[in-house]
Amino acid sequence: MALVELRNVSKIYHLGGEEIRALDDLSLDIDGGEFISIIGPSGSGKSTLMHILGCLDTPTRGTLKLDGTEIQNASKRELARIRNEKIGFVFQFFNLLPKLNVMQNVELPMIYAGASTSERRDRSMAALKLVGLENRSQHRPMQLSGGQQQRVAIARALVNNPKIVFADEPTGNLDSHTGEAILTLFRKLSEEGRTIALVTHDPEIAAVTPRRIEIRDGKVAKQLDARLAGLDRLASPATH
Amino acid sequence: MNLLNAITVGFKEIWAHKFRSILTMLGIILGVSSLVAMSALVKGMENGMREVLVAVGGLEKIRIEQQDIPTAQQHLADQAIGMTVHDLHALKASAPLVTQVAPEMRARNIRVTKGGKTTEWANVVGTWPSAVDINQHIIEHGRMFNEVDDDSARNVCVIGTNIRDQLFGDEEEAGRQPIIPIGDTINLGGEPFVVVGVFERYESETEKKRRAFERAQPKTEQSGPARSRGWGGRGRGGDFIFRMKNSTIYIPLNTMYLKFKSATGTNSLPDPRLDVINMRITSIDELEPSLQQARNVLMHTHKGIEDFSFMTQEDMSKNIGTAISNARLSGGIIAVISLLVGGIGIMNIMLASITERIREIGIRKAIGASDANVFIQILVESTVIAIIGGLAGLATSYGLVEVLGAISPVDNTPEITPTAMVVAFAFSALVGVVAGIIPAVKAARLDPIQALRYE
Repeated sequence: MALVELRNVSKIYHLGGEEIRALDDLSLDIDGGEFISIIGPSGSGKSTLMHILGCLDTPTRGTLKLDGTEIQNASKRELARIRNEKIGFVFQFFNLLPKLNVMQNVELPMIYAGASTSERRDRSMAALKLVGLENRSQHRPMQLSGGQQQRVAIARALVNNPKIVFADEPTGNLDSHTGEAILTLFRKLSEEGRTIALVTHDPEIAAVTPRRIEIRDGKVAKQLDARLAGLDRLASPATH
Repeated sequence: MNLLNAITVGFKEIWAHKFRSILTMLGIILGVSSLVAMSALVKGMENGMREVLVAVGGLEKIRIEQQDIPTAQQHLADQAIGMTVHDLHALKASAPLVTQVAPEMRARNIRVTKGGKTTEWANVVGTWPSAVDINQHIIEHGRMFNEVDDDSARNVCVIGTNIRDQLFGDEEEAGRQPIIPIGDTINLGGEPFVVVGVFERYESETEKKRRAFERAQPKTEQSGPARSRGWGGRGRGGDFIFRMKNSTIYIPLNTMYLKFKSATGTNSLPDPRLDVINMRITSIDELEPSLQQARNVLMHTHKGIEDFSFMTQEDMSKNIGTAISNARLSGGIIAVISLLVGGIGIMNIMLASITERIREIGIRKAIGASDANVFIQILVESTVIAIIGGLAGLATSYGLVEVLGAISPVDNTPEITPTAMVVAFAFSALVGVVAGIIPAVKAARLDPIQALRYE
């Protein structure tokens, strides 16, 4: 059983009487431990896909199973809990809270999870160590470079040990050198067994992941899985 | 997220916007302090009014006065003997709800002199020793005359401070030392009387403050010839009720009867009628039965002729109550309105605050904050602002009351009551919660995706 099972999912918006199919009957599986990228030009539906996979949004039609739980009909409260426990987000603009220091930013998901003060301190320190920022814990986000801020965001995404981490254009706001370092960090995390999904429009960035899913007009246009040597160009949705 | 965390976050948010938070709190601070100060002022007023009520003898004191004989009993007019000392004995013996009785017998035109000095006005009353209790007099020096003085109709008297001041000199004029004229002789209508006691100076809090205030001022010599400054306005002795009480001279009833009643008129018998009977009842709850009992006894001794009437302090007490509740209502409405304005200020600032924190709310929701978490966070922030404002308002109210006291140093002293503080504080907290609800609902309903995109 895959970690994420997306089956025939459609997301339909109504904009001024016009029906917009952001996702159109899309199916997708992601296994635990996979390092994938979702690529597509803007307007392709990749952001909508990430929002649905990340439980920020619910599909109009179709089903989503995450870690064995059906969540297409979950309440907002349950979605919040699932986001908190099973999903980590890394955003293009870092999205750290400027009034809190690095440590407090990393602690935030644990506060909503109800962890104790000492547990929060230990785990956020461990997460910061993982991204190499343990000596910056008392700094404000504004005192850090872009790359360091993104590392803090990654530490925050990891601190509750989520089942899957979504990174939405994580290098989009960084210079190429720093971006490279962030991607290296993701690769390292993947090697440690974490499930990571990069969402990007840039094929070069997508090239770091073994499996690439290209979205176009709300559908999976093509998939490429380097691990399946010789079968690297599949036209149909994933059926491992 | 537990409540403690929410409160911590609330405090941080307030601390991050110190100036804005203080301005917001100012509305609550002013509201709370004006509510407390208003109630302190009303309490001061009430205290002043109650002092007067106590000065006239309290609610339990009832006066029985002479009354014209009712028309239906006019034919019995020559049978009516009026109130006499027999009524006192009858009340004492037969009306158990009446705890104490004291007569008042007055005579017209008793001049009170001492050497070359004379008093402006004196309330010379022939009475019993029990008058001290009934009229709530306090003897500061010497003693009240006793039954022996009364039985042997001695020429002794107990005087009020106003009388002493006029005959022996004001203590403030006489080097600020109290003058104790015990054993000195004064003249009442030409008869020498020995002063055996002096009452305390009765005055309102206001008057006490005014005297202390004047004493603290450097003494200014009165220009021009020495003169009396008259009864009107704020003379010696303060308000009318207190001035009257301070002008009392008590002499034994029998002395009054024998020395001042015998020679009057064409009647060969001294006039035995009393002007007033004062009585004290067990409790104000027993007012009706006590009056009924006293009336029954007096109807008997008066041969069924109702030539007397009762006077109670009920109306005065009721008037005090009405005046207080009116003042409280009007002041309270104004203070509550200012608190509401403070609450609207909080709501306004919370709405502005969530608008500039839409992105933050989006982030919090993305990492797992539920709608309820966000709702509580905003509500706690507004409540914390209101509670801090409320506490600061309570502290400010002390200063405000001081200022009010300093502006009018001789008026009724405002008194801060714990009840007013509790009510004002609770109301400010309530205002904070209510003001936070709409912004909190708005914040909780934000869609995380939209909020994250918000620039």
